[in-house]
Amino acid sequence: MSDHETFRQETRAWLEGNCPQSMRSPILGEDDACWGGRGFVFKSDDQKLWLERMASRGWTTPTWPTAYGGGGLNKTEAKILKEEMRKIKARNPLNSFGISMLGPMLLKYASEEMKQQYLPDIVQGKIRWCQGYSEPGAGSDLASLQTKAEDKGDHYLVNGQKVWTSYADKADWIFCLVRTDFDAAKHLGISFLLFDMASEGVSTKPIKLISGNSPFCETFMDDVKVPKGQLVGEAGQGWTYAKYLLTHEREMISEMGSGAAKSVGEIAMELSPTSEGRLRDPILRGQIAAHEIDYASFVATVERVRDEAKAGGGVGAASSTLKYYGTELNKDRSELMLKVGGSDALEWEGQYSGEGKVARTWLRTKANSIEGGTSEVQLNIISKRILGLPSS
Amino acid sequence: MALVLNEEQQLLKDSAAGFLAEKATVEHLRALRDSRSETGYDADVWAETAEMGFTAMVVDEAYGGVGFGMVGAGVVAEEMGKNLSASPWFASSVVAADLINSMASDTQKEALLGPIVEGSNIVTLAVDEGGHHDPEGISARAEKTDGGYKLYGLKSFVPDAHVATQYLVVARTSGSAGDKSGLTVFLLDRGTQGLIVDQSIMADSRNWGRLTMEGVAVTSDAIIGSVDDAFTPLDKTLDKARVVIAAELLGISRACFADTMEYLKDRKQFGVAIGTFQALQHRAAHLFSDIELAHSSIIKALQAADADSPALATLASVAKAKACQVAELATNEAVQMFGGIGMTDECNVGFYMKRARIAQALYGDYNFHAGRYADLRGF
Ligand SMILES: Cc1cc2nc3c(=O)[nH]c(=O)nc-3n(C[C@H](O)[C@H](O)[C@H](O)COP(=O)(O)OP(=O)(O)OC[C@H]3O[C@@H](n4cnc5c(N)ncnc54)[C@H](O)[C@@H]3O)c2cc1C
Repeated sequence: MSDHETFRQETRAWLEGNCPQSMRSPILGEDDACWGGRGFVFKSDDQKLWLERMASRGWTTPTWPTAYGGGGLNKTEAKILKEEMRKIKARNPLNSFGISMLGPMLLKYASEEMKQQYLPDIVQGKIRWCQGYSEPGAGSDLASLQTKAEDKGDHYLVNGQKVWTSYADKADWIFCLVRTDFDAAKHLGISFLLFDMASEGVSTKPIKLISGNSPFCETFMDDVKVPKGQLVGEAGQGWTYAKYLLTHEREMISEMGSGAAKSVGEIAMELSPTSEGRLRDPILRGQIAAHEIDYASFVATVERVRDEAKAGGGVGAASSTLKYYGTELNKDRSELMLKVGGSDALEWEGQYSGEGKVARTWLRTKANSIEGGTSEVQLNIISKRILGLPSS
Repeated sequence: MALVLNEEQQLLKDSAAGFLAEKATVEHLRALRDSRSETGYDADVWAETAEMGFTAMVVDEAYGGVGFGMVGAGVVAEEMGKNLSASPWFASSVVAADLINSMASDTQKEALLGPIVEGSNIVTLAVDEGGHHDPEGISARAEKTDGGYKLYGLKSFVPDAHVATQYLVVARTSGSAGDKSGLTVFLLDRGTQGLIVDQSIMADSRNWGRLTMEGVAVTSDAIIGSVDDAFTPLDKTLDKARVVIAAELLGISRACFADTMEYLKDRKQFGVAIGTFQALQHRAAHLFSDIELAHSSIIKALQAADADSPALATLASVAKAKACQVAELATNEAVQMFGGIGMTDECNVGFYMKRARIAQALYGDYNFHAGRYADLRGF
C-alpha cells in the first residue's frame, strides 16, 4: 500500500471516529460557522469539540508547519484530507481570516518570533482577526491609503479610519495597513501592523448591509499606540505583504459559492414546475445547464491551479482569475435561485422562507465581486500581470 | 402611431413626476419600512394620488375615469418606479380597475369603479398560487352550491392583500389545473367568513399577502364576467398589467442608472473619477442603450393596449421580458459600480434592486415571457 493510501485510510478512520454527527452537514451561513476568538460563543458542544479535535492535529491549517501548530501535511495529503472530509460532509472546523489571509503572509514574511507568537493562536482559533485595508478614499486604489502611523521610538501612534472592516466589532486583533512615510512614493510608504482591537483609541461602528445584516464596520483609530514589535517585516514594505495576502484572500473568496449541499439544478427540480422528469421552463433549464457547465469547469480549474502551485505557496496571479470567475458564478447562482423559487424566494421575513434566507443570501453574494478587490480590479490584474498588456 | 407622448401625456408625466418626487420617494419608502408601517403606504399621499386623478387612468369616462388609458398608466408607473412610490395604485387603480372595467357588468361597474377611482376602495387581483406565475395552472376551486359558490384554495403573491377591501379571486369552476377554460373571477369582500388574509413581508418592503379560502360562500352576484370563460379577458388585463409593471421597471432602471452615472462622475480612485475608466464607460453606454430599447418596447405595447390591437399579447411579452432583463442588469451594475457603498442599506440602489426583482417576478418573469413569446410566435 502506498503511503498516500495509508494516509487516506488513517484519515478516514480518524474522521469517522472524531467528527461529531452534527458537524457532518453544510454550514448554513455566516452565523452558523465557527469563527473562534476570545468572545466566540459556540453554537453547540459539537462545534467546540470539532474545533478542538481538528486543532489538536493542526488540521485547521493542514499544510502549516507543525512548529507553529499546523498539520505539517504535504499538498497531496492535504488534498486527501479535504476529499475525505467532503465524503462525510464534514464542516470546515474554523472560518478564520487568520487562516485564509494573515497566516500565509506571516509564514512567508514575518520574523520567527512573530510566527511563534501569532500562528499557534490562529491554528487553535483563539484569536479572531479582522482586515484593516480599505478606507473611505482608498478602495480599488488601496495604495492611496491615508491612515497614519507615526514613529514614536518604541511604538507607532496610529490615527485614521478604515471602512468595510468585516467583523471588526467581533474581532480580537486587526491586521492593518498604515502609512509610515508620507514622502515616499505611494506604494513605498506603507507598513503592515498588527494590533489588539481592545487597544485604547480603537472604536468600531457597524454598517448595515442591503441584506439587513451588519457584518462590517467603520473602524476608527484615534491615537492608538502600537508597540514596534507588532510591525510585520520592514517598515515601507507593507504593500508587498499586503498584495501577497490579497492573493490568499482572493482564493478564499473565489470559493464562497462552493460547498452548497445541492446544485441549482437539484434545487430547481424541487421548487420549479416539472413535467416528465424535466424542468418545465426550457429557458430555465438551459440557464441552469449553462451555469453548471461553467461551475464544473471552474471547480476543475481551482483543483488544477492548486495542483500546479508550488508546495507551501499560494496560487499567485491565478488568484485573480479564480476570484473573478468564482464570484461572478456565485452571483449568477444566486440570481438563478431567485428564478427557481420565483416570488417565494423574495420573501423577506417569516417562517415560510426561513426569514428570507434565499433573498438575503442573494443580496450578500453581490459583495463577492467587490470585496477583496472588485471584478474590474481582477480583470485589470489579469490584463496587466498575466497577459502583459500595456497599461494606458 | 408615433412612439412618443402627445402633449397631454407629457403634461401627465410632468405632474406625476413632480408629485411623486415630492411625496412618495425612496426616502418615504425607507421611513415606512423602518417604522414597520402597518399599511405600508401613507394614507394622505394615497388620497392626494386620487385627487390628482392618477387613480382614474384606465377607467372609462362614464365611470369617473379620465380616459388616459394604458399609456397614461404606463407614464405614471414609470415615475412610480423612479421614486419607488409605495401605494396600492398598481394593484387597485390599474389591475383591478382594468379587470372590472373590461369584464364586469354595467351594474357592477357602476358600483365598483367610483370608489376605486376615489381611492376609498382598494381592490386587488389574486391570481398566482405558488412562486411561479401560471394563470392556466390555477387550482383554487369554486364549488357550486344552492344559489352560489364556495371557494377553496390558496393565493400567494397578492399585491396589497392586507390593505385591500375587496379581492378579485380567480378560481376554477370546471376543468383542472392546466386548462385554459374553467376559470371564473369572483369578487370577495374582506372579512367574509372563511377568507383568511395573511400579510407577507417581501424583499421590497411593500405590501404583499396570501389568501387562504376555506369554503368562502358567495352568491352568483360575486361573479365578474362569465362563468368558466375568464381566461381570455383575464389574460388581456394581465397583459396590460405586465406592460405597466414593465414601465415601473423602466423607471427603476432609469433612476438607478441616473444614480450610478452621478456616482461615476463623483467618485475618485487613482486620482481620477471612476467614470474615466473605459471598462465602466462601455458598460454604462451599453446599459443606456438597453434602457432605450426597453423604453421603446414599452411604449409600443402600451399603445397596442389602448388600440385594442391583436398584437398586444406578443408586444406585452416583449416589453415585460426586455424590462426584466434591463432592470436586472441596471440594478446589478449599480451595486457593482458603487462598490462597497452599493452594498449598504444607506445607499438607495439596494432598494431599487429589491423592488426590481419583485416587479420582475410579478405576472411573469423574463423566462415566462420569453417562453410565451416563442409560443405566440409559433416556434
Ligand atoms: C461585504 C464586504 C466586506 C468587505 N470586507 C472588508 C474587510 O474586511 N476589510 C477591508 O479592508 N475591506 C473590506 N471590504 C472593502 C472592499 O475591499 C472594497 O469595497 C473594494 O476594494 C472596492 O473599493 P470601494 O468600495 O472603495 O469601491 P471603488 O474603488 O470606489 O470602486 C467603485 C467602482 O469603480 C470600479 N473601479 C475602480 N477602479 C477601477 C479601474 N481602475 N478600472 C475599472 N474600474 C474601476 C470598481 O471596480 C467599482 O466597480 C469589504 C467590502 C464588502 C462589500
